[in-house]
Amino acid sequence: MRRIAALLAAVFVASLALAQTPPADPRRSGYADMAPAVRAMQDDDAANPAMLWVAEGRALWSKPEGTAGAACATCHGVAERSMTGVAARYPAWAPAAGAPATLERRVGLCRELHQGRPADAPGEARARLALLAYVALQSRGLPISPPADRRLDDARAAGEALFERRLGQLNLACAHCHSDNDGRRLAGAAIPQAHPTAYPLYRLEWQDLGSLQRRLRNCVVGIRAEPWPADDPHWVALELHLTHRARGMTLEAPGVRP
Amino acid sequence: MANVLVSAPKQARAGEIVEIRTLASHPMETGFRAGTNGTLIPRDIVREFSCSYGGVTVFRMELSPAIAANPYIAFHLRARETGPIVLRWTGDNGFSVEETVTLQVA
Amino acid sequence: MSYRRAILAAPLALLLAPPARATPEAMREAMRAVLGTAAPRPGGIALDVPPLVDNGNAVPLEVIVDSPMTDAAHVRAIHVFNEKNPQPLVFHAWLGPASGRARVATRIKLGDSQRVAAIAAMSDGTFRIAEADVIVTLAACFEELT
Ligand code: HEC
Ligand code: HEC
Repeated sequence: MRRIAALLAAVFVASLALAQTPPADPRRSGYADMAPAVRAMQDDDAANPAMLWVAEGRALWSKPEGTAGAACATCHGVAERSMTGVAARYPAWAPAAGAPATLERRVGLCRELHQGRPADAPGEARARLALLAYVALQSRGLPISPPADRRLDDARAAGEALFERRLGQLNLACAHCHSDNDGRRLAGAAIPQAHPTAYPLYRLEWQDLGSLQRRLRNCVVGIRAEPWPADDPHWVALELHLTHRARGMTLEAPGVRP
Repeated sequence: MANVLVSAPKQARAGEIVEIRTLASHPMETGFRAGTNGTLIPRDIVREFSCSYGGVTVFRMELSPAIAANPYIAFHLRARETGPIVLRWTGDNGFSVEETVTLQVA
Repeated sequence: MSYRRAILAAPLALLLAPPARATPEAMREAMRAVLGTAAPRPGGIALDVPPLVDNGNAVPLEVIVDSPMTDAAHVRAIHVFNEKNPQPLVFHAWLGPASGRARVATRIKLGDSQRVAAIAAMSDGTFRIAEADVIVTLAACFEELT
């Protein structure tokens, strides 16, 4: 296992060294790094597999559930109105948790506290993801707009520090790839700038819809670091930093990535 | 949750050719992949897709494990008369979903 | 390039079962089952697949056959095969005059770079063939198998 890790480290470094020069500063969604065929999949709702989850989420939105027998629609009305712009503001402070929460955690809180459902199993519960996709769609085309909320400052600063910190057996920081080497290629894959513009999204590698947290987990595992448990504050901190970095960029959710 | 999406025009002129595009929620597990314990994950695929229009089967497809997860299938039809277009997916483990859309033909 | 890909793939390859693989011969045999003794001819058929894909899990593929799709002259079936997936068959599709247009699109899995072939069975008993090569690159950050 150690030998493999060492080999991998050598490979990563070699592929970084072999790559071409990165383009100048402007921020770029991962969409810009994708092959035309994958872009076409995201651009067309009739071809985008993520729309299957949106359809499930739309159905769940008005389905009464839990001990409260309440549907999301009971309290939030028409999602096309009440949820517009919500995904563009998350992670945000969740009073019910007394902590910053990602949008999926916020949806989970409503399922537990307001509907009276048992807590979702940790990880990627299908119904919660479907609702997340449906809620996120209501912000498609809007700019990412992190709230100016002092209660988020500490976690956001922690996320920024984490992004710069070396992790794992490969001893690489997120920034090594996503700030210093974006636009280059890593074993065939383009290294994006890691802007969270399209989550939740359908990743061809997963053959599934997944959240930003699942994507981050892949990168953490990729550098051979021990991933934090589901919904751990480290993930929320990283998301806060990423949305801050991407503020003003356009939301494309639910997207498609290779 | 069995779930499919069908994109088709709601109306067409007689003789016009329309495109029907479909997506179905399905893992399309090939039967050739090993799980963490080393044993093969059993095959679970959609084996057949069909489309009938006005009661007649006009398109049929036999799928293999090489079709991508959440299968996308697009094909064409010549509009004849107003009628139901019935799309059916069947597969392993009793998988069976049917979706009907209506085409108004002027 | 290829040594890097091989090394990156190594940890994953250890976890995979010994692959049962289709071969160019298996593909030709599967094609013969459709063709019988007929010899397919190129031309009048297009197989549209990207030459290079970031991920082999969902490769868009479209087959378009040039045909009036009338009772007298139409495409009866479209068959797609591949060389290196575990099985040579990708799909069979049956169509006819009611289709109006001989055009079928889907997305396929390709475990590796390889050749893909499409055969159209015409109503006059002849066959047409189109082939294409697809290069598949691998994703950089795999998810652990859980
Ligand atoms: C019983 C009423 C009730 C139900 C049912 C309910 N919610 Fe909520 N929801 C609230 C309240 C109240 C808030 C805001 C205050 C809080 O709890 O933090 C909220 C907040 C939210 C937010 C954050 C909005 C923002 O502007 O930050 C989202 C997203 C949300 N709910 C989604 C859902 C979804 C999805 C469902 C269905 C699974 C649902 N809610 C069910 C009452 C409800
Ligand atoms: C060794 C280089 C490397 C490191 C280190 C790395 N990543 Fe990544 N990351 C990638 C590559 C390459 C991709 C593109 C997807 C792919 O094909 O694997 C990616 C994708 C992403 C994306 C998705 C962008 C999109 O368009 O959806 C995000 C977000 C991300 N990384 C965040 C992080 C964070 C946060 C860290 C640190 C914990 C990190 N990455 C560490 C290489 C890296």
